[in-house]
Parts: sequence; C-alpha cells; structure tokens
Amino acid sequence: MPVSLQFDQVSKHFPGVKALDGVSFEAQAGAVHGLLGENGAGKSTLLKILGGQYKPDGGRLLIDGAERHFHSAADAIKAGVAIIHQELHYVPELSVTENVLLGRMPRRFGLLDHKAAQRHVQERLAAMGVDLDPAARVGDLSIAQRQMVEICKALLQDAQVIAFDEPTSSLSARESEVLFRLIRELRGAGRTIIYISHRLEELYELCDACTIFRDGRKIVTHPVMADVPRETLIANMVGRELKDIYDYRARATGAPRLQVRGLGGPTLPGRHDFSVGRGEILGFFGLVGAGRTELMRLLYGADQRQQGASIELDGQPLRGSSPSAAIAAGIVLCPEDRKEQGILAEASVAENINISCRRHGLRGGIFLRHGKEAALADEFIRKLRIKTPHRDQEIRLLSGGNQQKVILARWLAEPTLKVLILDEPTRGIDVGARNEIYRIIYEVAERGCSVIVISSDLPEVLGVADRVIVMRDGRISGELPRADASETAVLRLALPDAA
Amino acid sequence: MMSITSSPATDEGEKQRARQRRKWVNDYSMPIAYAALFVVLTFTVENFFSAANIVGLMLSVAQIGMVACTMMMCLASRDFDLSVGSTIAFAGVLGAMILEATGSVLLAVGGSVLAGAAIGAFNGVLIAYLRVNALIATLATMLMVRGLAFIASQGQAVGIANEAFMDFGDTRWFGLPLPVLVTALCFVLFGVLLNHTIFGRNTLAIGGNPEAARLAGVNVERLRVWIFLLQGVVTAAAGLILASRITSGQPNAAQGFELDVISACVLGGVSLQGGKARIFGVLVGVLIMGTVENVMNLMNVDAFYQYLVRGVILLAAVLFDQLKTRGAR
Repeated sequence: MPVSLQFDQVSKHFPGVKALDGVSFEAQAGAVHGLLGENGAGKSTLLKILGGQYKPDGGRLLIDGAERHFHSAADAIKAGVAIIHQELHYVPELSVTENVLLGRMPRRFGLLDHKAAQRHVQERLAAMGVDLDPAARVGDLSIAQRQMVEICKALLQDAQVIAFDEPTSSLSARESEVLFRLIRELRGAGRTIIYISHRLEELYELCDACTIFRDGRKIVTHPVMADVPRETLIANMVGRELKDIYDYRARATGAPRLQVRGLGGPTLPGRHDFSVGRGEILGFFGLVGAGRTELMRLLYGADQRQQGASIELDGQPLRGSSPSAAIAAGIVLCPEDRKEQGILAEASVAENINISCRRHGLRGGIFLRHGKEAALADEFIRKLRIKTPHRDQEIRLLSGGNQQKVILARWLAEPTLKVLILDEPTRGIDVGARNEIYRIIYEVAERGCSVIVISSDLPEVLGVADRVIVMRDGRISGELPRADASETAVLRLALPDAA
Repeated sequence: MMSITSSPATDEGEKQRARQRRKWVNDYSMPIAYAALFVVLTFTVENFFSAANIVGLMLSVAQIGMVACTMMMCLASRDFDLSVGSTIAFAGVLGAMILEATGSVLLAVGGSVLAGAAIGAFNGVLIAYLRVNALIATLATMLMVRGLAFIASQGQAVGIANEAFMDFGDTRWFGLPLPVLVTALCFVLFGVLLNHTIFGRNTLAIGGNPEAARLAGVNVERLRVWIFLLQGVVTAAAGLILASRITSGQPNAAQGFELDVISACVLGGVSLQGGKARIFGVLVGVLIMGTVENVMNLMNVDAFYQYLVRGVILLAAVLFDQLKTRGAR
C-alpha cells in the first residue's frame, strides 16, 4: 500500500513543554491508523500540525510524497486534510446544508442557490447511508448527527486524509457502530484515516496499524494492529505494566448515608428514590440522555428541585437548594463537562483547588491566607500526583487527566466531604491517569465517604462500583449488587428494547 | 580559562529566567510605556513637570479613578455598567438639594450614598436575578437616572452654599487635595479587595467561568448584586466630591463619563471577557487618560482634536494587547 501521510522528525515546543520531540511515522492510504497515548503525549499537537493550526518548529510533513507547509487551517483543507475534532465546530443556527457548504454555497445569478445546495448535500448524505434532513437546524441534532455533518463536509471538500479525534467520546454504542461502518467505507475508498481514541476495544475493532506516543515522543509503530496484545499496548502507553486498570478494592460499607426520596424537577420529571451507604461506591449506568446527569444536578442543587423532594444526609434533611448549600452539607459534584463547568481555565492550579474550601479556616475573616492556600495546593499536587510545573500554572495548560485531578483535589480539600458525585470522571482521560483516579476514589470511600460514579463506560461502572443503579429514559430501571452486575444484566436494564 | 559547558540544569534555569523576563515585560509594558511618556513630556512640554500641574492632573482624574476601581470589579465579573455618569450627576443634584433643604452635610452625604447604593442594587438585581443583559439594563438605568436628575432639579443647577461641604474639594493634606487622597484610598481598598479577599477571588472566578464558579459553590447572583451595589456607592461618593468642587449639583454633569471610566480600565489591561484585572494596571490607565488630556490642554490642542487623540490611544492600547496575546500563543 502506498504511503500517503508522513511525519518526519516533527518537533513542537511550547513555553516550558516539549509537546512533540522529533516524531516520525507514516500512515498508508486505504488504512486506518490509530494514534494512542496518554493525555499530553502529543497526539493533539500532532493533529493540530496536520490541520494547519500549529506550525512545527522543526521537521517535515509530507502528503503523497510532497512536503507541505500549512500556514492556516484553510491551507490544510486545500491540501485534502480534514480533521474531525473532539469538539465539533459548527454554526448551530444554520441548516445541515449551510453548515456542510459553509463558505462554498453554490450561487445562481449572484444569489445563493439553496435548492442546488440542498440536492447536493442530500445526495452525499444518501451515499454515506445517513438518514438526515439537509434542512434541519444543526443545533437541533444529536452529537452523533452533528458528527455526520462534519464528515459529510470533509467528504465534499474531497479530503484524502481524514483524522478523527476521539469521535466516540460522547456517542452511544449504536451511534458508534454507524460511525465505524462509515469509517470502514472510507478506508475501502482508499482514503487515509487517522484515528485517536482511548478505548482499546475500538482501536482493535477499527485500526489496521497504530503508533503509540508518550511524553511527546513516538514509542513504537505496530504495523499490524491485530498482532499486538492489549498488555503490550498499555505497557507502551504508560511505560509500565498495568494489569487491571480498575484494581477494585473490596471494603465494608455501612448504613445509608444519603437518602433521596421523590427527587425530580423540570429537567427530569418524575419522582426518583435511591440511597448510598457509608463508604459505598454507587455506580450509575445508562445511555447518554437517560437522565443520570440531570438527577445528580438536582441532588446537588444545580437545577431547580420540585416540591416534596427529600434529601437526607446522615439523617439530617438537606436545607437550601443551591450548590453552595450542598457543598456546605458535604455533597460535592465533579461535573461531566470539565472545560465548561469544572475548571476556571485561566486561573492557576492553586486557585482551582482553593476556590471552594477557602471559606473554611477563615472563620469570620474575609481575607485570603495566601500561605495556607499555597501549602494546601502543594499538598494535593503531591498527593494526587498532579503533573504541573508549579502551583501557579494556568490550569488550561494541563492535560485532561491532570485537570480532573485538580477538580478532585478541590473537593478532597473540603473537610466536610460526605458524598462525592463524579459525572463521567474519566471521559477523555488516558489509562494511566484513570488508574490513579480510581485509586483516589477507593481512598475516599475507605474514609467513609459515599461515592456516586456516573459513567457511560460499562466496564468502568462494573469495575469500580459496589452496587449499580441503571437508568433508562429518565427513570431508574433497576439496581444490581456488584456480584450480580454482569454486562448483560446491566445492558438489559439500560436498553429501551431489551426488556 | 575554564570552558563553559551547558548542563541541562543551567539550561532549564536559563529558560525559567527567560520565561520570567517575558512575563515581566508582559506585565509591566504599560507602566513602562507610561513612565517613558512621563519622562519625555517632562523634557518636551513646558510647565508639565511642576507640582501645581501634577496635582491638577491628578485632581482632573480623581472621579474617573474612584469609579474605575469599582468598574474594574464589574468588568472582571464579566459585567458592564453604563449608568455611572448619570449616577454621578444624580448624586450631586440630590446631595445639593438635601443640603439646601436641611443644611446637614451628614444627611446630604448619607442620602446620596444610599441613593447610589439603591441604583447599583437595582442594576444588580435586574442583571443577576432577572437575567437582563448588562448592557441593556444599565443603558436603561443610565437614561432613567439622568431623567431623575433633571426632574429633581427641574433642569437647573442646584447651588451649594454650605461652607463645610465646599471646603472639602479645596482642603489639602500633605500638599494633596482631599479628592485625590480619597481616590488613592479607593485604589488601596479595591486593590486589597481584589487580591486579598474571597470577594475579589470569587469576582474573578465568576468572570472567568460563571457556571464552574456556581458549581464550585460561589453564590454568583448575590455576588453580582454586591458588585453593582459597591459601584453605586462609590459612584455616588464621586458625584458628591464633584459637586463639592464645582459648588453645585449639575443634572447634566459627567456626560460620557462611563466611557472614560471603561476606557481607563481597558487601557489598564482589564479584560472585557471577564476574569482578568489588575489594580495597578487600572491606576496606570487612569493616569494615561489624565496625562494625555493635561498635555493637550497645556499645548492648547483644540478640544475637537482631543477626542480624536483619545480614541486613537484607546485603540492603540487594545491592539497592542491583542498582538501581545497573539505572540504568546
């Protein structure tokens, strides 16, 4: 097979970080090439160079044997490169057609020719085997459908090299299948596919070859994916052997700590009951949109609760209905969308850790204790092994896994912590950091805290939880103790048509 | 001679130092530029560097300086306040009227400051709880409060005859007029508030990412109301000081004042996107505004051209900042 895409000794430096250090690898046409590595390993930087967003400091990028220099994203598109980013770029107010043909709408007599455009896009969508109304507003579509719009756009730009950056991170299993089928068709049509994912199952299913990165360096390229054992891949990525990433630790769980009765609200109608024991890790599984996030936001007071909802913590009713009231009582939440709801991007690591807990130990005083805050930040940076040059580093410059650890540190620093709610705690986080986050979860539970883990990753829920509650279509559809929680049993409760 | 070898450790140290140098230049480019401007003006413009002129310069930006302190908090929390100019006029008129009616300085000051607090709290409630866009809400209160100032005074300046009140603007301590000292006090107070209190940190947090701040336990709505309330109080105080200096409450005073204040903040590096503010920057921004105006007056530059020059300076500062952040990317 011909080499279509080649990186030759590509380097990229940022202040204080070597994001890419002399990376070379080749991807062939008509094949899916996986890129693996922990967060911060350099995959995203590589993709940004490929997409024309970054200029490399050194090295060459070759497409079909010709050296390319991209000065902008537009250059990359012209050269036949399309990147399907993790966070999709689209105009929500415009239709599917207008988004696909953005800036390239066909014209007739100087005016936009909507009919021709619609027909054009319709044909392409049909060829892709995607059932989507070209006139629909993109803002009204599901994430999976928006991804299809993005792919359709890439195909109409006649992209020969198409790179996917964690495309399945917010897709359901069924939606992922549609995406995989499409990617296989693109491969069959001789395009070069670059595929980034943290989910090993996916990579085995899809990729022909793969390259593994660590700390900005290429570790190895495996030319035949199927020949590589899982353990090798993980060892390549983390630089050490990791047997079971969940590493479940059994522990005694006590009497109910949190009792929830009749919880509901405008965002999640109905009345929902559940409880969590002292030191228990309760898993919440369900498909995307099953109502897990909404339920937890109601519990946390982030959304408005309906009348008659009762939340009891250690037998005491929870007063107030705001996050600050919940935190004061000892209930805390790590939100699903780290970037939008978790971190203060431009603030320092220390600030992100101290923002909530600083009201303690300042009894009556309104002034900050800079020394104490710095010491606390350093303590958690050390304890949770947060990789940051110093506590004053802006948090946005950290990798996803380290950002998540900072948010965890924010809550672990709360002296009154009783219930820790984690919504998709390891989304977009690499294997090594995931393992450390699980370790932190076990430690919190061993201290007697109740932990609620929401996840769309079934192995994760089964791997860490003592008990699993399954949600389907906005209601709790079942509950299984760890011993009975098999994949099939949980899925039977989660899937709408498997009853 | 010993040969010099570059070990990784010193290499890293060198990089660290280079980074600090860059950060230093970034942080202090505006003060340095101002210091350079000041030195150049001292030698080129006659009468610029004299005690009388410098004090006059500071006096001319005293009100802008006071309100810039609270506007900084407002902008840092990703909000906006257009109503400050009207509030200055209204506070001055109200103070003068109470003084005329009762003769009590205490009542006049108390009444005006309370009115300022009420205007600020009204803005805050509209914006934080009723979710009206800050630009629209404060545009509306700007018009309403200006209207109230005209209605209360029936469109006429309200004269002030109270000696004690008038003296305030003329009194000097340590050679500096009281209004300048009050402004300096504001800078110190709000500098401490921004950098050393939970209030200040939470203000920056809700400006940087309101949803994340709320989920981290910050009471976003209440904080926003407090920020606007403080703004109203300080603005009313500035209005009273202005009235004392011009010995009357003028309903048409301080027109376009809000834009001067916001310009000064932007010159001082406060981000309109929220989340970023430095009190020292705002001080320099205010001084740049005052110096440029002062020098143009000394050089007898036509008032029409002064608008042009001020606009150009604001634009140049913002463009410079853009280029700086782009370079850092």
